[in-house]
Amino acid sequence: MNLALFIPEITLLVIAAIVILLDLFIEQKRWLAQVSISGLVIAGGVTIAMWGGSYPAIFNNMLAVDNFAIFFKMLFLGIAFLVILSSTDYVSKFSKFQGEYYALVLLATLGMMLMAATTNLIAIYIALELTSISLYALVGFLKDKKSTEASLKYLLLGAVASAVLLYGMALIFGFTGKTQLGEIAQVIQSLPPMTLLASPGLLLGIVLLVAGFGFKIAAVPFQMWVPDVYEGAPTPITAYLSVASKAAGFAVILRVFFSAFGLPVWLSLNWGLIFAALAAISMTVGNIIAIPQANIKRMLGYSSIAQAGYLMVGLAAMGMASAENILGQSGVLFFLASYAFTNMGAFIAIIAISNKLNSDLIEDYSGMGKRAPLLALALTLCLISLIGMPPAAGFMAKFYIFNAAIQNGLLWLVIIAVINSVVSAYYYLRVVKVMWLGEAASAEKVPSSGALRLALLLCCIGVLLLGVIPGYAIRLAQLAANIFAY
Amino acid sequence: MVIGLQHYLILSAILFSIGLYGVLAKRNAVIILMCIELMLNAVNITLVAFSRYVVPAMLTGQVFAIFVIVVAAAEAAVGLAIILAIYRGFEDIDVSKIDLLKW
Repeated sequence: MNLALFIPEITLLVIAAIVILLDLFIEQKRWLAQVSISGLVIAGGVTIAMWGGSYPAIFNNMLAVDNFAIFFKMLFLGIAFLVILSSTDYVSKFSKFQGEYYALVLLATLGMMLMAATTNLIAIYIALELTSISLYALVGFLKDKKSTEASLKYLLLGAVASAVLLYGMALIFGFTGKTQLGEIAQVIQSLPPMTLLASPGLLLGIVLLVAGFGFKIAAVPFQMWVPDVYEGAPTPITAYLSVASKAAGFAVILRVFFSAFGLPVWLSLNWGLIFAALAAISMTVGNIIAIPQANIKRMLGYSSIAQAGYLMVGLAAMGMASAENILGQSGVLFFLASYAFTNMGAFIAIIAISNKLNSDLIEDYSGMGKRAPLLALALTLCLISLIGMPPAAGFMAKFYIFNAAIQNGLLWLVIIAVINSVVSAYYYLRVVKVMWLGEAASAEKVPSSGALRLALLLCCIGVLLLGVIPGYAIRLAQLAANIFAY
Repeated sequence: MVIGLQHYLILSAILFSIGLYGVLAKRNAVIILMCIELMLNAVNITLVAFSRYVVPAMLTGQVFAIFVIVVAAAEAAVGLAIILAIYRGFEDIDVSKIDLLKW
């Protein structure tokens, strides 16, 4: 086994431990953020160097080191980088436990990187729990009433979801006798279809897996926790949850459903239909409940449910598609990358504004276009991207994913999705209208730190680049999704 | 009567359902946490029974169960810490009274 392939993960673990220890000794707490960022940069550099190579799986075939895993590792490291940049102001308000904050962010990132790489049910469960337990603690980090309440809700619902997921895994293990995804696929393909239908154990297991992962990606009807947790959590963590945690969920779903249950065709058609139904419900429920929201974090919570719906259109297309067609998978990857930049950007703008206003109510954003024109402009760009209008990244992402769905005979789903996009324009543009046309409550400027501005600038560049010249990113997504073609 | 695989599976399904019922019906946060542990232990019974009857030569299910026990312990530790924080803020751990966040 080649331990060199595990360097990014080891780096994160070591840096997380160093950050906790440093916190005990140093007075200048801002160094903690810099140490964490340097760890992310090292891990990111090593990960990028691995891109494109073909390496053997490590740890007894438990962790794959393929382009798919590396694509997601780069995504998670990038998101964690932006999250830490945007938390420095926020965290400096805490009197204690700043080291733990950064260490937990790093550990959650480590868990997500493992989630994207694992090819074994046991390892998937452990990686998922490493992520979740770190996030439970991070959500409650403010220790005020709202934050602890959010954390309790997230913990209780998350633990139930992981128990359900585990029961599904146990059934799949019992039915096939394997925990390795590739071996599960071999067992399933060697069985005649009648045996599969005669014993519902495997199908029940698949349904329970959908429920468990559905919680992670915030799909309706497993979305109850989303608005409450998003509102109560510290805003950088809300951003992290909405982007990275969702992406990790999709990474696991893509790998599990495609490597283990990709064939026979009738099986993949069936789970494709499950995802199509979930997509339609998630989009509709998310968008409609987002309309009356007064709190912008809560509104973005419902919007993230709707975005999970658009992403699941890609999953449905992937279930319907033949094995050579990887448009669905690469569409999901590209959508996740563009959604990461867009939503991070929106949340960073919100962090900057709420640092000044101490409020997340949309009505308090009135006149923001005069008080902080650049922030308002960046937020507008991100909201336009969330609607899916050109020239922002969201347009290309939706175009790509809907194209995949139409090619695989899901026209009805795309029609629902397009209607939903129009509905969503209403509540996104309402924020834009309040910002630019509303009267400012005061003429005070909204100051923001250099780190926040840098993070916001990176996000806006990302949104524009992916929207205007998407070719390179699409090529990356296709290379990463190539592991699914056989 | 010979005790076979299906008896273990029925037992674990019943335990899982009792746990799920408790999560949905109970109001005390600590009892909800206990019910979640019950669900996880039901899964452990399933795993070990499947391992014993389906792949007796290997210990996959037993190893899986040990990992589940360890992770459940970690989850319970974080869960109890959060419940303590809740008690400090609300002076109550009745989940129906913890309702600041709602639309």
